[in-house]
Amino acid sequence: MAPSANISQSPIPPRGGVGLKPEHYRDILDGAPDIGWFEIHAENYMGAGGPPHAYLTAIRERYPISLHGVGLSIGGAGPLDADHLQRLRALADRYQPALFSEHLAWSSHETVYLNDLLPLPYTQDTLTGVCDHIDEVQNAMARRMLLENPSTYIAYAETTMREVDFLREVVRRTGCGLLLDVNNVFVQAANHGFGATDYLDDFPLEHVAEIHLGGHAEDADEDGSLLLIDDHGCAVPDPVWTLYRRVLARTGPVPTLIEWDNDVPTWSALFAEAKRADGLLGACSMSAVPELMAAT
Amino acid sequence: MTADAIQREGAFAKAVLDADARVPAALAGRDGRRPVRRFAVYRNNVYAGLVNALAGRFPATLKLVGEEFFRAMAREYVAKTPPRSAVLFYYGGDFPDFIGAFPPASAVPYLADVARLEWAWHVAYHSADAEPLSQEALAALVTRAEDVRFVFHPSARLVRSAYSVITIWELTARDGENEPGRLPASGEDALVVRPALQVTVRRLPAGGAIFAEALMAGETLADAAAAALAVEPEFDLAANLAGLMRSGAFIGTR
Repeated sequence: MAPSANISQSPIPPRGGVGLKPEHYRDILDGAPDIGWFEIHAENYMGAGGPPHAYLTAIRERYPISLHGVGLSIGGAGPLDADHLQRLRALADRYQPALFSEHLAWSSHETVYLNDLLPLPYTQDTLTGVCDHIDEVQNAMARRMLLENPSTYIAYAETTMREVDFLREVVRRTGCGLLLDVNNVFVQAANHGFGATDYLDDFPLEHVAEIHLGGHAEDADEDGSLLLIDDHGCAVPDPVWTLYRRVLARTGPVPTLIEWDNDVPTWSALFAEAKRADGLLGACSMSAVPELMAAT
Repeated sequence: MTADAIQREGAFAKAVLDADARVPAALAGRDGRRPVRRFAVYRNNVYAGLVNALAGRFPATLKLVGEEFFRAMAREYVAKTPPRSAVLFYYGGDFPDFIGAFPPASAVPYLADVARLEWAWHVAYHSADAEPLSQEALAALVTRAEDVRFVFHPSARLVRSAYSVITIWELTARDGENEPGRLPASGEDALVVRPALQVTVRRLPAGGAIFAEALMAGETLADAAAAALAVEPEFDLAANLAGLMRSGAFIGTR
């Protein structure tokens, strides 16, 4: 379908945005909030028509959007689903998202779709597979993809590469960008026993074109040790904001999304989170030249 | 990727769907122990996500049997029939049939039909958009009414039931009661259609479902009316046709 005549190709500003929820369609259209952008989960707009498309069309005429896929199974062992890729392309053609992202994870095995972002081992073999898939996606979509770092609960015995090295190599081989989910880093660090700041110090931040912030829940392992669950079910916790400030000090302003997908809050509570990100983004753009910009 | 990778992924997928399966050997836990609790997080995510998706699109079905029963039933359905598409809208089309054949649900004989009505509503919500025929266009048809064939709105669905499925669905949605009170003794047939942004559920009069079904199959107005009359002597053509027109079910003729 041709893009609507009323949407411009404007890029996503380095401001706070939120995930678009049906619960908030009317608040957004009636209230016209001053917010930088919205992100949509691609799979929620793959129906033929109806209210989801009607509202998204109206919102897209007023705001830039980014397209975030959750079902492509980039890290899958089998081939990509060509039909699904086609649906994604059609959605991108229709709504002209300024950013497009997917996950370093798998979610389908053969014909079964498991509806979760599942982990893969980091090896030369999986690196090749992921890069081949990203090449295929970027060709089919005719646009650059951002790959998101995952949150995981287990690791594979066969893993031979660190996640940050794996991501850096994927970027080098495919030319894709990165979506840095700061909450995922926090969850990973707690679950796998490393320092979140160490991970971020090694992360190829120069390729980050979008940041995600979200909440998580606390659980416990068999031995009572802390196990964090990435459930996007609450406000962004303070330690995640702290890590985020640390990232911004190095990257400068980057479009930042608040993810709150479960126990969806009122519009005003979600908007307040985006405003908080806006505040930090504004502060960092006015402070000293970030280190990454200074280095280039 | 390699055959090893496909095998490793298959073992994970199988274990994540089967609550009794052992944690795949490829996964490393801390201090060499099997990460049972950690693997269970994935299993819970997969089941909770899919059961929640079903709960969201079958809300009246859920209210009729309660949260706990519904979730247990949906879990069995997920284990038996996991999704085949990353587009989760398509998931659950055969859940009503599963409910109809699920022995613990047999005490609520109309449950599967309520689920069928909810599925029709869900499909109509996401179906393609189309403009219903205007009143003027419909009025102009009168001159050649006998052999006209209608094109139905892409959202239009019929749900026929031996139970008073619409009444049960309305009462459940409105009051949230577990057990509807006074119910009509006869069956009800529904026409579900979304002419614009609102899905509407219309109770069809006597013979109306046979009439609509014949029209949907592409029969002429005269043949569809004859089919309805043959089964239902009290079939009122004018009232039925007016009802379908008002519902926005027609988008064209041929």
